[in-house]
Amino acid sequence: MAYKRNVDRLPIIPPDAKEHVAMCHFCIVGCGYKVYTWDANREGGTAPSENIFGVDLSKQQPADSPAWYAPSMYNIVKQNGRDVHIVIKPDPDCVVNKGLGSIRGARLGELSYSTITGTQTKRLTDPMVWRYGQMQPTSWDDALDLVARVTVRVIKEYGEDGLFVSAFDHGGAGGGYENTWGTGKLYFGAMKVRNIRIHNRPAYNSEVHASRDMGVGELNNAYEDAELADTIVAIGTNALETQTNYFLAHWVPNLRGETLEKKKQLLPDEPHEPGRIIIVDPRRTVTVNACEVEAGKDRVLHLAINSGTDLVLFNALLTYIADKGWIDREFIEKYTVGFETPPGEAPMFPARPGGTFDEPRWPGFNEVLAANRTSIEEAAQICGVPAEDIVKAAHWIAEPKGGKRRRTMFGYEKGVIWGNDNYRTIGSIVNLALATGNIGREGGGCVRLGGHQEGYVRPSDAHVGRPAPYVDQLLISGKGGVHHIWGCDHYKTTLNAHEFKRVYKRRTDMVKDAMNSVPYGDREAMVDAIMAAIRMGGLFAVDVDIVPTKIGQHCHVWLPAATQGEMNLTSMNGERRMRITQRYMDPPGQAMPDCLIAARLANHMERVLREMGDHEYADRFKGFDWKTEEDAFMDGYHKHAHGGEFVTYERLIAMGTNGFQEPAQGIDANGRIIGTPRLYADGRFSTPDGKARFMITQWRGLQAPGKEEQKRRYRFLINNGRANAVWQSWYYDVDNRLVMDRWPYPFLEMNPEDMKELGLQAGDIVEVYNDAGATQAMVYPTPTAKRNETFMLFAAPRGVMGNVVNDGVNELVIPNYKQTWANIRKIADAPADVRRISFKSKEYRSA
Amino acid sequence: MKRCRLMVEVGRRQFLRGTAVTAAGAAAVATMAGAAKPTRAAGAIAYPGKKLANIRDLQVNVPFDVAYPDDDAPGVLLKMGHAVDGGVGPDGDIVGFSTICPHKGFPLHYVAEDRTFNCPGHYSRFDAEKGGLQIWGQATMNLPQYELHVDENGDIWATGVDELLYGRLSNVLG
Repeated sequence: MAYKRNVDRLPIIPPDAKEHVAMCHFCIVGCGYKVYTWDANREGGTAPSENIFGVDLSKQQPADSPAWYAPSMYNIVKQNGRDVHIVIKPDPDCVVNKGLGSIRGARLGELSYSTITGTQTKRLTDPMVWRYGQMQPTSWDDALDLVARVTVRVIKEYGEDGLFVSAFDHGGAGGGYENTWGTGKLYFGAMKVRNIRIHNRPAYNSEVHASRDMGVGELNNAYEDAELADTIVAIGTNALETQTNYFLAHWVPNLRGETLEKKKQLLPDEPHEPGRIIIVDPRRTVTVNACEVEAGKDRVLHLAINSGTDLVLFNALLTYIADKGWIDREFIEKYTVGFETPPGEAPMFPARPGGTFDEPRWPGFNEVLAANRTSIEEAAQICGVPAEDIVKAAHWIAEPKGGKRRRTMFGYEKGVIWGNDNYRTIGSIVNLALATGNIGREGGGCVRLGGHQEGYVRPSDAHVGRPAPYVDQLLISGKGGVHHIWGCDHYKTTLNAHEFKRVYKRRTDMVKDAMNSVPYGDREAMVDAIMAAIRMGGLFAVDVDIVPTKIGQHCHVWLPAATQGEMNLTSMNGERRMRITQRYMDPPGQAMPDCLIAARLANHMERVLREMGDHEYADRFKGFDWKTEEDAFMDGYHKHAHGGEFVTYERLIAMGTNGFQEPAQGIDANGRIIGTPRLYADGRFSTPDGKARFMITQWRGLQAPGKEEQKRRYRFLINNGRANAVWQSWYYDVDNRLVMDRWPYPFLEMNPEDMKELGLQAGDIVEVYNDAGATQAMVYPTPTAKRNETFMLFAAPRGVMGNVVNDGVNELVIPNYKQTWANIRKIADAPADVRRISFKSKEYRSA
Repeated sequence: MKRCRLMVEVGRRQFLRGTAVTAAGAAAVATMAGAAKPTRAAGAIAYPGKKLANIRDLQVNVPFDVAYPDDDAPGVLLKMGHAVDGGVGPDGDIVGFSTICPHKGFPLHYVAEDRTFNCPGHYSRFDAEKGGLQIWGQATMNLPQYELHVDENGDIWATGVDELLYGRLSNVLG
């Protein structure tokens, strides 16, 4: 039986319920939510005067009603120690989501910690330490003293390179400006830690170096641009599932022609039509289907290219469009490096053919075009799509409309970011966007579509260097003595995960055995024993998180963090829209905001260093006397972010779920923050001279080491990615009934003919294996899948796709998850929890 | 937003249509006065027992419009032709579902070919053969399914719903 809650009614929100501003925790879109709380011992009524909506709730409410909430939006939580009802429902007045809630965000209520209803009771409530052979609760001072002493001893013996850090760098829950500043000030301010990596990649680096090197910040447009574009080019993104309400509230209206009036009003001097869309993706996704449903098949072009060949496609489009004379010559002349290559140009350009870090050079457009020149026929052959479709794409992107420049928005995400030759591929997309004059203008933009929200403010990371250290490989090779982990779970979300876990367990077990050999209360003996194990190759691991994690199983200290809503937290979304989520409930037990955990750790390290007599080093840990997350915000964002001086909690709260778009420009007469809808609207790009760069992006096949050989040796492409029901929410969803009933194991989409050849039935558990490792998945018959090309759900707890991703990265240590090949064999028939689920197509069918 | 508004309108019309259907249904129940009406055992709220159809009314894989627990809550009965989750009747194959999408309240349409309910609002899909499991979509619940009983005359009675219906904070209004 499908999971049902058997909830027949919900408490009604009374008119005097408290209202709080909130954003969804999970993805980049940052949908606006309203949070209502009121005392647990009362509720409103159905009469209009008795409920917050002012409507008669004894009547059926219509579709799209603001006066309804689902059981998943409801809970009973603690607020300042009292039990309160809570409803977390999408905000109809938020310009981002316009009242829409996704299957993730609309569950924020039931994903809250509640000792009354029993939801998320797995949350960490107390600091835990390895004591007498298991994890046991302890006080903050005890846990932080142990962490500080071991960390200081490691630094004394090995220098700051002996301290390894894995840390979030994003916004939303598990991040945000307060917490990136707290951790950043500790590791990049007080210390200069080099061996640091980010939650989803094995180094401290940008996912989009190429765009930044070209002077194009990757979140440069406004969500409204998707409503104004003549053509949207969606590359390696499945926006319906992973930017759901951006797609539904902004892309779909354009495809339906519902934004025509807005186009005519805002852009009156040119002809307009309903939007078209080009989707570059080896796989047919639900996004492709939804676009066909809305726009009609004749206005949707799905280029199902061979995996990893995006760069060739974009070079060919650039060539064709330039040869047709459809480039924006004025834009190139005025706002970029220009047509001719200037002598002796500046910054780093590591992926230029033959280029090195010492020999940077930025060519003009003519040289780039000559170097990148690719014929349509050549692209058709390499990319595996019909030549006429590439030509059609070029027309949709750049053919002038009634003598006017066509407006095209380019949006890309993990299909290319975690794909072959990241640097050049993204460069090839930015080349085309610049050449067609589509950055900084309405209906344009060349943007990543994003994963998490953003929320980055830290002291300079320049000391980390470029390429940044490949942290996973260093850990595997035995480097490092202590590892601080902040909201990351590499066991689920790294590459070469099989090998990483094997070595990590061995190294941390050495320390556990050492800790078992001395009484816990003898701190000096304990630290000595830990240090002895570290000298033998052991690793002491500290996990700061809100929930127990897979990597946490092998850590020695767990520090319980508060999450968004249990603390005030600020972030920005994919159009740089900054908002605050107010604290609306208590954190579990003794849990604290990450920024304050970082501050208290700094306090303890300062104390330990003073005890050792090292006052000079201890002095560097001053400045962590924050009492609240707002203190961290004022010390960090307010003082250090571009435009931060205009931004305070009070102003953000007043601006509600719509906030403002960063950077802040000032304050208007009403005290509201003035934002920046689009970057580069003035034509000044993020380079020293303000001119955008073009990049030579020549094809070099599968770039990452080991990929070509893997492709030759193994039959199936194991393409991989996310799914609608669980996206940036696995850490909660691992015990959410709705989600786990649907996806008890990661699905592996597979062509039925391939299944027949391997003797597989729907739901069979298979092993996916190659030279890097092995993992498991549940077969999902998918007639639209190409032969020998599968798609596996990424980051699932019961089958980690990263196990079969080899350690090959690009020259800037960007992982390549997408181009993975493996063999597949049956392990078992569908287990009971799989037999009851549906294996029907995910694609909507019209009446 | 033209299409969106249209959907809302369709939603309203669907609700109205539901009203008409159940008006007829209510009349049928009235003529049954005196017969033992199954009612749900102790629960959070008291659902009305309501006769929705007779098994003779159903053809395999053809939705039969009903409304439950009241006129404003449209749904369907389906005879699947083989035993399914929550199925009743001699073959364990009769199921009933709400046809209002639990995401945003748009009316679902039934696709007989693959036995799914589909929502034109945001593309959610529910499997009629798997207890209304959401195959894909934005709803945070699977499709509300009726608790059904078949009496000795072959009359199909609804006595409860297993999820909160869209657009109401109590499944039984009042």
